[in-house]
Amino acid sequence: MVLEHLHLHHFKNHTGSDLTFGMQVNCLLGDNGSGKTNVLDAVHYLCHTKSYFNPIDAQNIAHDEAHMLIQGAFTRNDQKERVSCAVERGVKKVFRRNDKAYDRLADHIGRFPAVMIAPADSVLIQEGSEVRRRWIDSVISQFDREYLTQLLAYNKALNQRNILLRFFAENRRWDSEALEPWDAQLVPLASSIRRKRAEFVERFSPAFEETYREITNGAEAVCIRYLTKVSEDNDEFQRQLTEAQGDDRQLRRTTVGIHKDELSLELGAYPLKRFGSQGQQKSFLIALRLTQLAYIEQATGVKPILLLDDIFDKIDDKRVQALMTWVAKGDFGQVFITDTDLQRIPSMFRNIGADVRVFEVERGEVMQHEFEADAVKPGPTTLEP
Amino acid sequence: MELPSKLIEAAVDQMSSLPGVGRKTALRLVLNMLGRSEEQVEAFSEAFLHMKRGIHACNQCHNLTEMEVCSICLDPARQGNLVCIVEDIRDLLALEATGQYRGKYHVLGGVISPMDGIGPNDLNIASLAVRLETLTGSSDKVEVIFALPATMEGETTAFYIFRKLAPLAVEVTAIARGLAVGEDLQHADEATLVQSLRQRLPYTS
Ligand SMILES: [Zn+2]
Repeated sequence: MVLEHLHLHHFKNHTGSDLTFGMQVNCLLGDNGSGKTNVLDAVHYLCHTKSYFNPIDAQNIAHDEAHMLIQGAFTRNDQKERVSCAVERGVKKVFRRNDKAYDRLADHIGRFPAVMIAPADSVLIQEGSEVRRRWIDSVISQFDREYLTQLLAYNKALNQRNILLRFFAENRRWDSEALEPWDAQLVPLASSIRRKRAEFVERFSPAFEETYREITNGAEAVCIRYLTKVSEDNDEFQRQLTEAQGDDRQLRRTTVGIHKDELSLELGAYPLKRFGSQGQQKSFLIALRLTQLAYIEQATGVKPILLLDDIFDKIDDKRVQALMTWVAKGDFGQVFITDTDLQRIPSMFRNIGADVRVFEVERGEVMQHEFEADAVKPGPTTLEP
Repeated sequence: MELPSKLIEAAVDQMSSLPGVGRKTALRLVLNMLGRSEEQVEAFSEAFLHMKRGIHACNQCHNLTEMEVCSICLDPARQGNLVCIVEDIRDLLALEATGQYRGKYHVLGGVISPMDGIGPNDLNIASLAVRLETLTGSSDKVEVIFALPATMEGETTAFYIFRKLAPLAVEVTAIARGLAVGEDLQHADEATLVQSLRQRLPYTS
């Protein structure tokens, strides 16, 4: 899948930008705050229906403007596809595919896959389990439509059940019969979500381990483990829910379920958060994202767009060079990269030889540069990472 | 918008308290009313007052009626041992419009949704249990049909009532869910297709 054209109107600091991209590598170069990352975020918006950085739509509209518009022209499975996102302050956002507005945003998820690698990924290691659940949910949703539907239904039933628990507490009463129908909704949904998460991690973790080894030259063993207290057996899970009613009553919320699951990120059998060095953590995250990209491609047959934000923050020049060589080999399909240095990435590709387009971004204005054609070697490269 | 009179303002306030009526539409309707004769306006407002005073819920099924018991409940030609459970009056009217149903109804007055502050006690569930208990005493075969919305709240409500009815000797059925008549398969949503496959029927020509 490739994004051929992007139009930004009042999106963050872009008053009006029109960009025509290359099929392979697109470099967005400029100072911090120039708006280069916003271009990546706009691509993320079109693919995931929301910003990578700020989930509140209205806050992504340029200051003092009432609305914003992002339009993209994609080619996917040899078909031209137009995707647009319009946000107006105080109004629900409108997401369109080929000029037809979606009734439910969830219907768009997974059709236009993209993977972002950004410095903010570190929250996956640093923050609580909710962030990791959100990650696994978003990856599985990219190729399993039923999963997303079940997850939304689970969250709704959970919310209803929690409101009921709060209502009981506020009115000093208890009615376990009224909880039963919500348990009946939660049990089969939790069972399916639990199974899908477990299956996913079981397949994902070995591939991830291998990618990590490739990036770090096999320094140390890593793994991802899925931890859940939810029983595989429906009747048993119902028993768990019933047994937890005392806790639920006291805490005014549902205390067992797949909303308490955890993903354990480990480095040589130790928690990565406490025992991994900064470099190890960064490599871990890159390997995680690259595996995610390969996994989605394998599961859907569509090569996701790779968005690399500020990659030098993560790894040293040598590793970036190796990564860029992979990129140039075409393993990754279309790639968007940002950097503050105007020379570094273009010169790397000069050494590798690839279809590269360079854009310089300054105060929300984008200029396309001619990439010196004589510096590009013709034909595919034989360089190995 | 500044209105020239407090009296008009009060009328617009009332009109715009109706669902789906904004202040602009309310003003248009109020001005129309102002253009009518006094008798006409009197007839208009009296119609509402009479309706409000004369209509109440049927003490059996909670359908709307001018009497103690509604005409459906009183109809001796309708099967008393067949009770169709619906969310509200509009659903009852939709089923009646088919002219195909010959049993009786029970109107719940909503579905369970803690989010919207609606619990089982806010619905006509207790009266349903009493009604069915009496029925099972006098009739040997009683069937309850769930005709509730195909939403999580509809399902939850059905489940809750099903549990409540467990001690009673009633057969419980639910209206079929699946493809809409005249609908293409390719335009149906996935949940509907899954449901249709699961509830497939023996083919009869
Ligand atoms: Zn009646």
